[in-house]
Amino acid sequence: MADLAVKSRTCFTQTVSAPELPLSAPLNVGFDYTRSVGPVLGRFVNALRERRVEGVRGSDGRVHVPPLEYDPVTAEALSEFVPVASEGEIVSWSWIAEPLDGQPLSRPFAWALVKLDGADTAILHAVDAGSPSNVHTGQRVRVRWAEETVGHIRDIAYFVPADGPDTEPTEAPPPVAKREENAPVSVVITPIHLRYEHSASPEESRYLRGLAEGKLIGQRCPSCEKVYIPPRGACPTDGVPTTDEVELPDTGIVTTFCIVNVPFLGQKIKPPYVAAYILLDGADIAFLHLVLGCDAADVRMGMRVRAAWKPRDEWWTSLENIGHFAPTGEPDAPYESFAHHL
Amino acid sequence: MPDVAVVGFAQAPNVRSTPGTTNGVEMLVPIFAEVLERTGLSKEDIGFWCSGSSDYLAGRAFSFIAAVDAIGAFPPIHESHVEMDAAWALYEAWLKIRMGEVETALVYGFGKSSAGQLRRVLALQMDPYVVAPLWPDSVSVAGIQARLGLEAGLWSEKDLAEVAARSRADATGNPAAQVSGTVEVADLLDAPYFADPLRAHDIAPVTDGAAVLVLASAERAADLVDSPAVITGIEHRVDSPALGVRDLTRSPSTAAAGRALDLDGVELAELHAPFTHQELILRDALGLGEQVRINPSGGVLTGNPMFSAGLARIGEAANHILDGSARKTLAHATSGPVLQQNLVATLEVLS
Ligand SMILES: [Zn+2]
Repeated sequence: MADLAVKSRTCFTQTVSAPELPLSAPLNVGFDYTRSVGPVLGRFVNALRERRVEGVRGSDGRVHVPPLEYDPVTAEALSEFVPVASEGEIVSWSWIAEPLDGQPLSRPFAWALVKLDGADTAILHAVDAGSPSNVHTGQRVRVRWAEETVGHIRDIAYFVPADGPDTEPTEAPPPVAKREENAPVSVVITPIHLRYEHSASPEESRYLRGLAEGKLIGQRCPSCEKVYIPPRGACPTDGVPTTDEVELPDTGIVTTFCIVNVPFLGQKIKPPYVAAYILLDGADIAFLHLVLGCDAADVRMGMRVRAAWKPRDEWWTSLENIGHFAPTGEPDAPYESFAHHL
Repeated sequence: MPDVAVVGFAQAPNVRSTPGTTNGVEMLVPIFAEVLERTGLSKEDIGFWCSGSSDYLAGRAFSFIAAVDAIGAFPPIHESHVEMDAAWALYEAWLKIRMGEVETALVYGFGKSSAGQLRRVLALQMDPYVVAPLWPDSVSVAGIQARLGLEAGLWSEKDLAEVAARSRADATGNPAAQVSGTVEVADLLDAPYFADPLRAHDIAPVTDGAAVLVLASAERAADLVDSPAVITGIEHRVDSPALGVRDLTRSPSTAAAGRALDLDGVELAELHAPFTHQELILRDALGLGEQVRINPSGGVLTGNPMFSAGLARIGEAANHILDGSARKTLAHATSGPVLQQNLVATLEVLS
């Protein structure tokens, strides 16, 4: 599977009953799976938009539905399209008593492999049958088309028994397809929404709980004695968890920085502004934060800064409690003092 | 080319959920220490590191990068990753040693399946145009596979329950197992369906876990342990991702991988079968007779840590060589929906 390109959001809340457990919080990830369809799948989804089903003939004469771009036997590109019926029979099935988010029906239904008349391979889809006693292998079923077809696999809302009436679609996430006016569908979009319970490590949890009290808590590696803030589940040099707690001051230096001039989606501060690596006094690792309170052009490597905390009633388990860092006016730290932290 | 041997294996307890992070560090740190101590190696002795895990399981991009902290990756190391079960990471490490690039490698896999809804997340392994947008969950799709065999008379519900009962009984000897104990087949068959025709005992439990395995060239291995488990064969094959094209009651890719190996004399096999009926498919595909003991560890029906369960099969099969209790063993790993991709390895005593 590919790496996630995510829009995600999470917030940590303290568990009152078991404060010693690591912090955890819901993490909801969403993105649109956007794909160009190409000539074979494009033909298939555009036919669906017209409430027709098309398969493709393989090298061994079998008609594949859904169509395959490349032959499963010879790996040759396939291009001989074959119209098939929107009715067929169940090859095998299973029953889902409690449907999951995003599935074609939100009431209990059968998952089935359905071989459409004129096809030699089966399509996986849902069958709205009410109860498992109404489903059997060999059963005749037909497509229940979506109310509005857009050129997407979900134009087939689900299947129903061939001799039964249409049933009402349950709400499903809308499939999206892109096309120019009067042009065929060339891109399909599938919204992906996943829900997780995200946990911070025990070390990160100590740090986050400290922030809620206005404390900056780092931890020391028992092996190399480096102080990490945020602390790490394991020292990247020694591979052992950091252990000893170290409360650090809210003063430090700018090790390196950049001036942000480019506007981007979700930006909270008007450019130009400074994003900088801040090395707190006593820490062995710098973290990224903002430097405000002076002209961006005046920010320097080695500049002494102090945390500008937000009002206490806005504090929570987040580094956002520090709105930014501001220059203290003290003399700059000499380059040699932070050269090995760059 | 040098032969490659397994010289050490360790795994985290297979549990329903851990309070740890999705990057696996908490599970990995202790088992790295355990396997290094057992082999007498230090991290500086490891020539190559390779892991298997999934961003979709973790719910964040490049999640395997954070796991590298567990290694202590400074000074810089030689590292790689596969977005598959770590058995395929082992294959990459095996190649590195065969090519003479390194003498030792450490392979690990990890997954916190409990962070999301596993069977729904696994729908994203499917074809992204015509299958995944329907969100078919992994259990339902396996149910379709199971029914095909039930209705063809290839196995019965009782056959499946017997697989579950034997696995749980065997797992009583495995301290890492999540599920174990003595159960009556009749009692299992009295349970309601979870996803008709599958009952809970037919389905591997949702499991958090991690596993680590150390490989060495045969020459180096002989210095590290008394009885290295030499990988005398390793093959992997893949079946079509189009579910409706495959005969789901068979596993041609497993059969092809098995045919490429010499399976004569295999005493026991660790098969990666997350559903009871899949064990029967795999036994058939590999032609394993009654004399071959299947899954003495209990197999993944008693604990299925995603992305390390296949690697752990190789580790379990290797352990029987390492401890002198067998001379030739077989390990199988799977990745993808309903046995789509399959890896088979044979392990033997160093001759
Ligand atoms: Zn350290």
